Amino acid sequence: MRAVVILFALLIAGLVLKVVQVAGRVDQPVGSPAAVADDQQLGPAVARLNEQFHTQWQAEKVQVVDTVDDFAVLRRLSLAMFGTVPSLEDIRAFEDDDQPNRIDRWVVRMLQDSRYSDYFAERLARSLVGVEEGPFIVFRRDRMTAWLAEQLHKDASWSQMTKELIAAEGLWTDRPAANFITVADIEDEGLDVNKLAGRTVRTFLGQRIDCAQCHDHPFDPAWKQSDFEGLAAFYCQASLSPGGVTDYETDKDEQKVVYKVLDPGAETGRVVASAVPFHPEWLPADGGLRYRLAEWVTHKDNRRFERAIANRVWGFMLGKPFHEPVDDLPHPVDGEIDALDILGQEFRARGDRLSVLIRMIAMSDVFHLSSESSADNDETYTRQVQAWSVFPLVRLRPEQVIGSLFQAGHIRSIDQNSNPFVRVTKFGNENDFLNEYGDLGDDELLQQVGTIPQALLRMNGRFTAEQSKVDALSAPAQILSFSPDNAAIIDNCYLACLCRLPAVDERTYFLNLLESTTEAAAERRKANPEAPEVIPESKPTRTRAQVVEDLVWTLFNSPEFSWNH
Amino acid sequence: MHLNPTRRQVLQFLSACGVSLALPAMTARAAARRRDERPKSLITLWMNGGMSQLETWDPHPGTKSGGEVKDIATSNKDVRISELLPQMAEQLHSCMLIRSLTSKEGDHERGAAFVKTGYRPEPTLKYPTLGAIAAHELTNSELEIPQYVTLAPDRIVPEGGYLGNQWDAFRVFQPGNGLSNLKSYVSPERQADRLQGLHVVSQQFEQRRQFGAKRTLHQNTLDRALEMMSSEQLKAFELDTESTGVKAAYGDTSFGRGCLVARRLVEVGVRSIEVTLPGFDTHVANHSGHVTNCKILDPAIATLIQELRERDLLDSTIVLCISEFGRTPGINPAAGRDHWPNWFSCMIAGGGFRENTVIGATPTDVFEGKKADGKLILPAAPVLVPELYATIMATMGIDFRKEIVTPIGRPIRFADALPSAYLLKEDVAGKVIRS
Repeated sequence: MRAVVILFALLIAGLVLKVVQVAGRVDQPVGSPAAVADDQQLGPAVARLNEQFHTQWQAEKVQVVDTVDDFAVLRRLSLAMFGTVPSLEDIRAFEDDDQPNRIDRWVVRMLQDSRYSDYFAERLARSLVGVEEGPFIVFRRDRMTAWLAEQLHKDASWSQMTKELIAAEGLWTDRPAANFITVADIEDEGLDVNKLAGRTVRTFLGQRIDCAQCHDHPFDPAWKQSDFEGLAAFYCQASLSPGGVTDYETDKDEQKVVYKVLDPGAETGRVVASAVPFHPEWLPADGGLRYRLAEWVTHKDNRRFERAIANRVWGFMLGKPFHEPVDDLPHPVDGEIDALDILGQEFRARGDRLSVLIRMIAMSDVFHLSSESSADNDETYTRQVQAWSVFPLVRLRPEQVIGSLFQAGHIRSIDQNSNPFVRVTKFGNENDFLNEYGDLGDDELLQQVGTIPQALLRMNGRFTAEQSKVDALSAPAQILSFSPDNAAIIDNCYLACLCRLPAVDERTYFLNLLESTTEAAAERRKANPEAPEVIPESKPTRTRAQVVEDLVWTLFNSPEFSWNH
Repeated sequence: MHLNPTRRQVLQFLSACGVSLALPAMTARAAARRRDERPKSLITLWMNGGMSQLETWDPHPGTKSGGEVKDIATSNKDVRISELLPQMAEQLHSCMLIRSLTSKEGDHERGAAFVKTGYRPEPTLKYPTLGAIAAHELTNSELEIPQYVTLAPDRIVPEGGYLGNQWDAFRVFQPGNGLSNLKSYVSPERQADRLQGLHVVSQQFEQRRQFGAKRTLHQNTLDRALEMMSSEQLKAFELDTESTGVKAAYGDTSFGRGCLVARRLVEVGVRSIEVTLPGFDTHVANHSGHVTNCKILDPAIATLIQELRERDLLDSTIVLCISEFGRTPGINPAAGRDHWPNWFSCMIAGGGFRENTVIGATPTDVFEGKKADGKLILPAAPVLVPELYATIMATMGIDFRKEIVTPIGRPIRFADALPSAYLLKEDVAGKVIRS
């Protein structure tokens, strides 16, 4: 009987373990690892980019700040590409790497990590399909995100991805890119072509022309209502059928499907032909409407296309797009080149891959500038910010905050190789935290300040309490156990949370606390039993574990932790 | 001996003497002032999911669209409402019903965005809710707790939109049952040490980033959070001092407690409060769904209006009961009603709005939203949501015409319409519309 009970218990335990393992599994994108070749020489292009900024800084006579050390750059990269601070494990490995081109080699390594493809996919998905639940049944955000992650892991061409998204046919489950179309479905009304047109222009061309749906653009005379209508017409033949997204050139009465706009007060709709607002010669002569639009959008001479994605990736990397808002760029001017053009040209020359943009930005001088400024007035600082001669201070996104809290609470990197329990806990924590902290939605690159509930959550929420606790295998516990002395405890806590060593004042302050613990007093007593008894008022009341917990709590709540700098 | 007590010390003293929140009229806050001199507050009761007008404010018993519900007489002799709201029937002389609100948004998210902001949602700009605008424009500098509070909210946070996320509503998930994250999980002594350490680390960060760090408002937000943690005003969120009878009158439900907390928040000077009652998306079993929900709604809302009146707060408080749309006149095969933005009802009490009044009328025999030519079918005397909100803003003393340059560079007015005098009491309309 006892054997049966034991066997049954083992069976249950095994099942639980399996469930946990499956629940915590991160789907690996299929296909080859990222095709990022380390031998690509991006140096000349990066030099051109730097030259562009240096020329501008000289012309505008703005003060350029100092550069930061590589650890600060590593933190920036990890936040941008993984959505977390680097783990203590990674920091130590980075520290031990004394080979040349350390930053670029680490960027290449990070591009091959599924944490990058998963995280960038989630961020790109926001601009492609938003964050709303979307239409019931015909929309699967998770399929879209997984497909994007797969493409990024393969380092696929952004042009090809764009064509797939605009012209996708088939079921939203089978052809994940089709979710770009199905998200615009309105119950009982069909696909909202205006929504599709607006999002196409915003996401792929970096222009906000949504207001031209109803009237000429009030601030930009270049965009007319007719431009919007002409673009919307490219989607008029798309509809949802049992087979998924399908284009119908004719309706059930064998009449050609055309786009009609019902003007206010009009009895019948006005037929609008598909048309592009500029360079119609880029449109292919043949093919379906959406195919032709996709070819036009991604045409090799369409500067708006590469500038739009360069601006978005710049925003992902620095927390702030080169031009704000991220999807409202000024019109490109013939003969005038800016940083986005330099990035875009190299991107085009190397197969339209996002990895090129990421590596160039990571190697650029701007990315290595400090966020510290010696400006003595707000106006001077503002000019520096506008000229990118100082690294911008940008609030971390909600998932970066919880990702960083969770990573800092663990010594080892949390990735697809982590213990299933750790991954399941991280997944649950992230969702709960985001529900409380709030999400930025698809306005994710809009600059915002923090809120009182967010400050309360960081100070008093269970997430901070759990990750700062000296408990079992937590980072604070391991740091406390394995650091050789008090100074090393402080150093390791600072590295795990802030990716830097403490300044002299900070180290002195926390050393004093660690040397005033009950354990330190006991050690001193043991070393010198003859010393006079300490007066009760100054008797230590804190344990070392409590001081370490307080230190980690302090670092979690510091502005340095919550802001990209 | 110098006596220079801080405001907090005075409030603590008053609290110790039992005259703080237990006697709101004694506090140096909203209730201390009377009527015209008192700033107005807005309590929005949000019927989440789309409340059926036919089972509540606009019944059509005995008709094809009427369903199972019967109507009852009210304290307004000319008006009958659903039998599911018997306590509200007794309060109807204090209220205005609008039976002809219209919208074009039949999806929950889009409908809620429209009805909460007065603007149809668009992809490039987030509009602030009416509540956020009220909090922003009528900021009470004496408050140590948030200016805008949402009680028992659903997952969509009422947002500050282009005003900034600092104007998002403060969420209280379980009204009357304590607040999340307001207590430190260590002793006061350790908390003090932690804050001292935080000062050391923050100084290090800010010393060469003074202008950048100032813009982050990190320290400012932290200070306000700490102030809130120790504020006496937090008692407004607690119901310990309320009598059993009062609590029972509101109903032992999350919504009932939310309405009671809302009254207490008005008393400490919060200008904008939202209380959510979920469960109105009755595609299936519409009648029984509304029976259940009205049992929660009816005592809470009736007691709220009655208590505000008794405490002389009704003239300075607008109570608005509204949802994202109404429900179809037709009943589907699952005995449910579907989404119907063409016309729906709301109830308004207090704040200078007309009482004993019904605006608009709806047809009894129309089951389609559009005519054969595609044109929308509208109720008699339709009221637009932006028009209603412009009127609320005007009566609250908010400049509804005020333009804000949004983060995308577009100037936007608070209200996309003009206020309507016919919705207000004559004396109020005279003052408000003229100004």
